[in-house]
Amino acid sequence: MSLGFIMLVHTALDRAAQVARHWATRDCPIVIHVDQRVSRRDNRKFAESLADLDNIVFCRRRRCEWGTWSLVGATQDAAEMLLENFPEVRHIYNASGSCLPLRPVEDLKDYLQQRPRTDFIESVTTEEVPWTVGGLDSERFSLRFPFSWKRHRFLFDRYVEIQRRLKVKRKMPENAVPHLGSQWWCLTRQTLSAILEDPKRKQHDRFFKRVWIPDEAYFQTLARLYSTDVESRSLTLSKFDFQGKPHIFYDDHLQLLHRSDCFVARKIWPNANRLYDTFLSGDRTSMASAEPSPEKIDRVFTQAIERRTRGRTGLTMQSRFPRDGWENGKTGSPYSVFEGFNCLFTDFEPWLARRTGARVHGNLYDPRRAMFAGGEKNYYGSLSGNAMLRDYDPKAFLTNFLWSTRGERQCFQFGPNDKQAITWFVATDNNAQVNVISGAWALTLFHSNKNFSTIRKEAARLQKIEMKHLDILRSPYTKARVRIWTLADFLEDPMHHFQVILDEIGPRSNRRLTEVPTMVDLKGFGRFLQNLKNQGMKPVLMGDFPVTPNSDIQKPDPQKPYLVR
Amino acid sequence: MSIRTSYKLRLMRKRWRIRAFRKRRELKQIVNNTAKIKPDDILVFSTLRNERRRLPFFLKYYRDLGVKHFIIVDNNSNDGSAEYLMEQPDVSLWWSKASYKRARFGVDWLNWLQMRHGHNHWTLTVDVDEFFVYPFCDTRPLNALTDWLDASSIRSFSAMLLDMYPKGSIDDAVYHEGQNPIEVAPWFDSANYSFKKNKEIGNLWIQGGPRARMFFADKPERAPALNKIPLVKWNRNYVYASSTHMLLPRGLNQVYDEWGGEKASGCLLHAKFLDTFTEKSHEELARKQHYANSHEYKAYYTTLKEKPDIWCKWSEKYINWRQLEILGLMSKGNWA
Repeated sequence: MSLGFIMLVHTALDRAAQVARHWATRDCPIVIHVDQRVSRRDNRKFAESLADLDNIVFCRRRRCEWGTWSLVGATQDAAEMLLENFPEVRHIYNASGSCLPLRPVEDLKDYLQQRPRTDFIESVTTEEVPWTVGGLDSERFSLRFPFSWKRHRFLFDRYVEIQRRLKVKRKMPENAVPHLGSQWWCLTRQTLSAILEDPKRKQHDRFFKRVWIPDEAYFQTLARLYSTDVESRSLTLSKFDFQGKPHIFYDDHLQLLHRSDCFVARKIWPNANRLYDTFLSGDRTSMASAEPSPEKIDRVFTQAIERRTRGRTGLTMQSRFPRDGWENGKTGSPYSVFEGFNCLFTDFEPWLARRTGARVHGNLYDPRRAMFAGGEKNYYGSLSGNAMLRDYDPKAFLTNFLWSTRGERQCFQFGPNDKQAITWFVATDNNAQVNVISGAWALTLFHSNKNFSTIRKEAARLQKIEMKHLDILRSPYTKARVRIWTLADFLEDPMHHFQVILDEIGPRSNRRLTEVPTMVDLKGFGRFLQNLKNQGMKPVLMGDFPVTPNSDIQKPDPQKPYLVR
Repeated sequence: MSIRTSYKLRLMRKRWRIRAFRKRRELKQIVNNTAKIKPDDILVFSTLRNERRRLPFFLKYYRDLGVKHFIIVDNNSNDGSAEYLMEQPDVSLWWSKASYKRARFGVDWLNWLQMRHGHNHWTLTVDVDEFFVYPFCDTRPLNALTDWLDASSIRSFSAMLLDMYPKGSIDDAVYHEGQNPIEVAPWFDSANYSFKKNKEIGNLWIQGGPRARMFFADKPERAPALNKIPLVKWNRNYVYASSTHMLLPRGLNQVYDEWGGEKASGCLLHAKFLDTFTEKSHEELARKQHYANSHEYKAYYTTLKEKPDIWCKWSEKYINWRQLEILGLMSKGNWA
């Protein structure tokens, strides 16, 4: 007999009794503290259910409240009783009623036997603790906390504020350095009795009575004064979420708990029948001297916290609706917007799809309907291509679209003929790659069979829209990677510009570009622009085109669309 | 929130409470088993009309989740629904022949019954064609969730309405009594939803899905709301302000995170589109007892005449809650 337990109990008494019985019948004495808030009737029933075991004793009941001294007081009482009543106990394990042993007690005993002078108590200095709640770490020790955080939050906060303003700083007891850690420790008789029998205990207690959450500080700080060998970790597997409350284990954690090789886990849901049945059954096999390895469980809970605090990038849903700027990325994955390319090249979309392996759509914001790749009516996620539905919430259309196609690069066309409401969203999205050949829309007009006066009006309208669009893309708020060429600039060296764009899109294009899409006929375009000017409209977005037909603009030979460099 | 709006909302809440109190007279108690309700029991509240065929599975589904008692208002059914419910030991039944519409689509009745019987209980307010799915629902009973919510000081839990539909014509999706309707209509839209925030009451307004796609493409702003907050730790001062879409006091509508994180949430699988639907929309249109002049049912009726197929090749087939989680329709939040 070398191991004894302290058990603090306040709910789910039947489960606590089950666990206590498990330990007691395996020759581990237990001192149980039952919270004063448990009704007298329940307490009596609880005590009676364990009355047949003479190595279980109950200590004086106190009213315990989270974050207050009462918990330490209860632990002290129980520890004193344990040390006095069971002199053969060498290690004292502090547990709660919702703890569950995962490995046979013999394993734990052997483990401790091999480390007879080691104190297992998580104990870290306040500077190194990232997990404190409420922004209080070193102030836990330097301020006073007479008000309950749970019941009198207002007074609690005000009193902290006042003390901060008055620069209150309490003096630590002699030699003590503030340490924090889990209250589920396992200490040796030597260390624990040194703490409890210290002649200065009165001073220590007085100091810690006004510390905040002393159950995470009292033994952790004082153990450092007396222990010869502190192993700063808890033998109890206990995970805390981002609000500082413990994660709960359920039946479906069985395998994880099995594989963790930890000795004790907390906190178990009282109705997790399968866990209790499995781990309390007598026929648990020993795992020899395996070291506890809670990493797998850690990962599950770290992911949970990550999901709660950061969420999934690009997702808007019923329980994730970030304010502007808090999205952690507005959309789910990188995408490219091409403006003017399908006016300049006749087979741009299939060419781009071939070159990049990306999914290339037409004009998603076409006023008639969203032009999905392959002429689909709907798309991934059953997203409707209907213009009315799309324009009802153009942002949601794009975020939905990118969310459900994540994993595959999406490209789509855009132009001044499209619905413009999405511009700001795309411009401020750092997933967007926007490539613009400004003024290329004029080519479509140039090739159209319309009256010149209609063309002129149309050109003026489109130019106005595109200028506004470009202003947004050039604004200081823009986060997208934007490239803007005038039509004339682009034509100077199309191969080079394509290479830059494709390099950025993906690995498929790391070979040198050998093939460009077919360009529309540009003969007479300079003249066309001059005609627009003559009619009183000033085309500015296309760049400078000479009027003469024999210009020096290179146009690929229509018979040979393949260029080899 | 200014004192003014705060006071305005308070008045609004009081108004709905008084209204619920007045509407109590329209309810006639048929069976009262509420004495059997124990302090920690989870309760289901529901209003229905002519749902006899769906009832056996509905009750079984929620009993299996761990619901201990059903409080149901029967709005003058004539297909034996009431008779069936009267035989159930865990159902308390009220009956009303008054106008569903004037009881604000049953909300007033349920508000009253919740005030009386729901206080300090976790209450789940669902229709007979709505099936609550939450994270880990295949391995953890409902009280695991409510215990966790209690421990996390969360009072209300969101579950978006997810419209389920069959492949092929609705009329061919024949539903038999006792069957799981999700087997008949297992398809849904996975990412076709829009979200807006109601500034005054703070709830999200979700629209979209197959109903918007099929029936409201030309007037999307009128597409029905899909946001729901069905699971609430009830207090007698709470009221549902409009169906289960929003609650007062408005803090209960804060079921979403605004700083980039995800709160835990579930889904209500909505098995509306079965063979019963055409008949029902016919009847409902004649009764004129639905929201906003039954414009919703008018839209259904006109489209349904053409025997449409809601299914498209991008529809997802329902497997389990994990699938919904991965698709981003619901979230585990920090429940692990």
